[in-house]
Amino acid sequence: MHAASRRGSAGPGAFLGNVAQGSRKDARDAVVAARAAGSGWAGATAYNRGQVLYRVAEVMQGRAAQLAAEVAEAEGLSAARAATTVAAAIDRWVWYAGWSDKLAQVVGNLNPVAGPYFNISAPSPTGVVAVLAPQGSSLLGLTSVIAPVIVSGNTCVVIASQDRPIPAVTLAEIFATSDLPGGVVNLITGRTAEIAPWLASHRDVNAIDLTGAADATGVDWGALEAAAADNLKRVLRPEGDGPAAREPDWTAPPGLHRMTAFLEIKTVWHPKGR
Amino acid sequence: MTRFDYAPAPESRAVVTIADSYGLFVGGDFVPASGPSFPTVNPATEEVLAEIGQASAADVDRAVAAARTAYEGVWGRLSGAERGKYLFRIARILQERAREFAVLETLDNGKPITESRDVDVPLAAAHFFYHAGWADKLGYAGLGGSPAEPPRPVGVVGQVIPWNFPLLMLAWKIAPALACGNTVVLKPAETTPLTALLFAQVCQEADLPPGVVNIVTGAGPTGQALVEHPGVDKLAFTGSTEVGKLIARSVAGTRKRATLELGGKAANIVFEDAAIDQAVEGIVRGIFFNQGHVCCAGSRLLVQESIHDEVVHRLKRRLATIRVGDPMDKNTDLGAINSATQLARVREMTAVGQAEGAERWSPACTLPDRGFWFAPTVFTGVSQAHRIAQEEIFGPVLSVLTFRTPAEAVAKANNTPYGLSAGVWTEKGSRILWMADQLRAGVVWANTFNQFDPTSPFGGLKESGYGREGGRHGLGPYLTTGATR
Amino acid sequence: MARDLLGVSRLSDPVLRRWLHGLPGVDQVGAEARVAGLGTRSIKTTAKAFAIDLAISMIDLTTLEGADTPGKVRSLCAKALVPDPTDPTTPRPAAVCVYGDLAATARKALGDSLIHVAAVATAFPSGRASMPVKLADTRDAVEGGADEIDMVIDRGAFLAGRYLQVFDEIVAVKAACARPDGTAAHLKVILETGELATYDAVRRASYLAMLAGADFIKTSTGKIAPAATLPVTLVMLEAVRDWRELTGTQIGVKPAGGIRTTKDAMKYLVMVNEIAGPDWLTPDWFRFGASGLLGDLLLQRQKLATGAYSGPDYVTID
Repeated sequence: MHAASRRGSAGPGAFLGNVAQGSRKDARDAVVAARAAGSGWAGATAYNRGQVLYRVAEVMQGRAAQLAAEVAEAEGLSAARAATTVAAAIDRWVWYAGWSDKLAQVVGNLNPVAGPYFNISAPSPTGVVAVLAPQGSSLLGLTSVIAPVIVSGNTCVVIASQDRPIPAVTLAEIFATSDLPGGVVNLITGRTAEIAPWLASHRDVNAIDLTGAADATGVDWGALEAAAADNLKRVLRPEGDGPAAREPDWTAPPGLHRMTAFLEIKTVWHPKGR
Repeated sequence: MTRFDYAPAPESRAVVTIADSYGLFVGGDFVPASGPSFPTVNPATEEVLAEIGQASAADVDRAVAAARTAYEGVWGRLSGAERGKYLFRIARILQERAREFAVLETLDNGKPITESRDVDVPLAAAHFFYHAGWADKLGYAGLGGSPAEPPRPVGVVGQVIPWNFPLLMLAWKIAPALACGNTVVLKPAETTPLTALLFAQVCQEADLPPGVVNIVTGAGPTGQALVEHPGVDKLAFTGSTEVGKLIARSVAGTRKRATLELGGKAANIVFEDAAIDQAVEGIVRGIFFNQGHVCCAGSRLLVQESIHDEVVHRLKRRLATIRVGDPMDKNTDLGAINSATQLARVREMTAVGQAEGAERWSPACTLPDRGFWFAPTVFTGVSQAHRIAQEEIFGPVLSVLTFRTPAEAVAKANNTPYGLSAGVWTEKGSRILWMADQLRAGVVWANTFNQFDPTSPFGGLKESGYGREGGRHGLGPYLTTGATR
Repeated sequence: MARDLLGVSRLSDPVLRRWLHGLPGVDQVGAEARVAGLGTRSIKTTAKAFAIDLAISMIDLTTLEGADTPGKVRSLCAKALVPDPTDPTTPRPAAVCVYGDLAATARKALGDSLIHVAAVATAFPSGRASMPVKLADTRDAVEGGADEIDMVIDRGAFLAGRYLQVFDEIVAVKAACARPDGTAAHLKVILETGELATYDAVRRASYLAMLAGADFIKTSTGKIAPAATLPVTLVMLEAVRDWRELTGTQIGVKPAGGIRTTKDAMKYLVMVNEIAGPDWLTPDWFRFGASGLLGDLLLQRQKLATGAYSGPDYVTID
């Protein structure tokens, strides 16, 4: 959603282009957009959400070469490594796309209560999720934090990697040209340390993923978690030990936890009678 | 006698022995607290039941150390099957001593003996039975690991519970924690410590290894010491949203986990096609069960405008038969408010309701002279803007609002920072399912209310907290491998 | 009256169907939970003494056997007149309930006591007979001295949705209850709830019977299991309570069959007290159709009076 102009020339610290610097007001507007998109996206069928995510993978495939070049430039990877990374990112969209209509079956339950009641526990989306995208892995990491949030019906506001935003800009274009409804993913490029506190304290944000706090300049994830306590946001902490935050190995199998972290188990009771 | 007046039918308190004073339960023994003691009173009579030790930070530290030692030395290494046996044994002892627990709970809490006898104590035992069976099956729970290599416990768990269901909340906390291989330090509420201390005796009777369960009594500072203790790996708290936020802040930036089961302002939604007599019962059960001291109480009645008058009429007629008084009497429906503090809060909020212009009504009932009492109260003419429709009162006070369409009912029900529970009453099945989808609540009771079961996950959305207790989902927070639920 | 209430000029199956199916539903689980809750009431000491005497006074002491003889009926009437020879303060039951052909025998045996004679009629218990036969059965019992007629509804017609037929039969039987002197036997309408199967149907049948002019609604013949149950009686008590609010007319309720112990009777009385209200706590508005119940109530009454547990040898049979 933010246009970027780019110039060539790779290498660490090299100038790749100008990207829009998001402000707290962009974050505020993004939350409004995410909230507005919430009921439609959560209300879509799981089958439909799966198709939308798969379509993202298809469109990425069509722009794989461009993405590989951008990832190579952003992350300083060889062309081969960058291509592998893009392929992994596309595969990840496909993987998560498949989860849309299986998640409730895997994490839901029929509960055998001791009484004449039908009792079922099923996941529902948490709502609007703020996501601090990883600083290092500009496309695979970014994919790995967005897809699990939206596959279950959440909408999100994502702060892209501060120093490696260009793949995120392209991914935003891909979202815009795929079938993803507007407002489901809102990508902001800019300084994480500047924008994140506004999202952490925002009372219309239901959850926050602090994964991108690792290696983000000037970001204290503990302070963000404390701010999130004001409306009891669900918080996905960054990996690591103690106060240290570490960016995960994005090539490892993702597991369920990034999806389940942003689900609410809702339990419904009903009598069984004649 | 010319009327069918029920004669007093008091339960005997001879079945319990209450000591003059109690210490803390640390490392398998009762030890004196280093802080000053405080009294716990029977809220129905204001009689002092016992002096309770106030655990200091140093006492809490000893309890956490005992829990750590037990975790590393014994409990964390024990096989699931062996852990399960202890839990089965505890469950059986709870059943065997059910009457004793029920009487003690009623004396300390003020709830009617029929509720402690028929709800609190049997459900507490059921929680231990349910979780006992999980102890050696955790690898099958789909929460990470495998049958050969089950997920690991978190370690030492700090648990802080409220006064509304003292023994039952203890069971909700301790049973899953122990089943998953954790050890615990539990702080019961300041006003209701006695059944937790009796439970400590049950742990001894069951030969539970010392330090697996530790009970520290005290007020806010004791809880705070436990919450902030660096040796605690996970916190489980049930209580107010205000304190829940403090705990969330306290663990921020650490690797300590927390689950929070907090306040609520549940909408109980009655449609014009509801099974009206059962709906009225559900309204009564929703807000007058346990004196309304229930986080998931149906404190906001949303009734479709077309049947408002009829529902209110039937509700008032029903409330005229509610028997308020001696909690030890087997015919009492509504017992004492748990404490003078809580009574003051309920009085304050009802005064607010009147000042806001809502119409206040209570059935004719004589309240005892001593003790903490509040008549069942209904406010009609309430709107969403009123404080009594927004704030948790935690007492026998119902606010009645109206709606016209299902969408309006949903909008009003969800228009709160809370999201713990909701009720829906309609004979139309498809509407129930649609409503259940739309309601932002962790538990939706359709054509019933305030039902609980060990197999059924309980917990809230939004500011009602996070994490689930009970069921397969309730195990997640007490395990470390893989997914968290 | 029925037409006014329903706001129609002519009754028909569709009209009755709309009205009956417009009544609120009954949730089985909720209704049974309510009963279980009331079942925890603890009735002790003075309340128990009051309730035992009340329950005795509400009994329709019943014998409805193919083997009934005048001798058996006279013996039952003697029991009704003197329930406990050891204690003259013992109240008498409300009525003796017999087959129509034995109404005259019962009438004679009960003399000028205030104990009523209730007679079952209308091809009890199945109700499978033509209308002229049912009406003749009724008139015969009234002529034999019955103060009360316990009729059965045509459950087949009810379940098939032929509500007007059920309604018309009740109206006709009610007319047949009239005596030449302008008075009339009271009409109890047996719904045979064990065959209606659902509480929704029990509620609708209750309303249909009340609409047609029943003085009492009664659960069962005693010949079909289940007979009276607490939840069924709950639904019927709710019906008469709401009917009085709707029309101003009070209707009685009679559970019959399967109520054998004092403990059972206490649960029913608690329900009457808290569901319909104290106005129904008299033999005029609530009855127990029972035979063995009286014996247990008398045992319990003796226990309260003497402080010692009594035994069956200290209570007369019949």
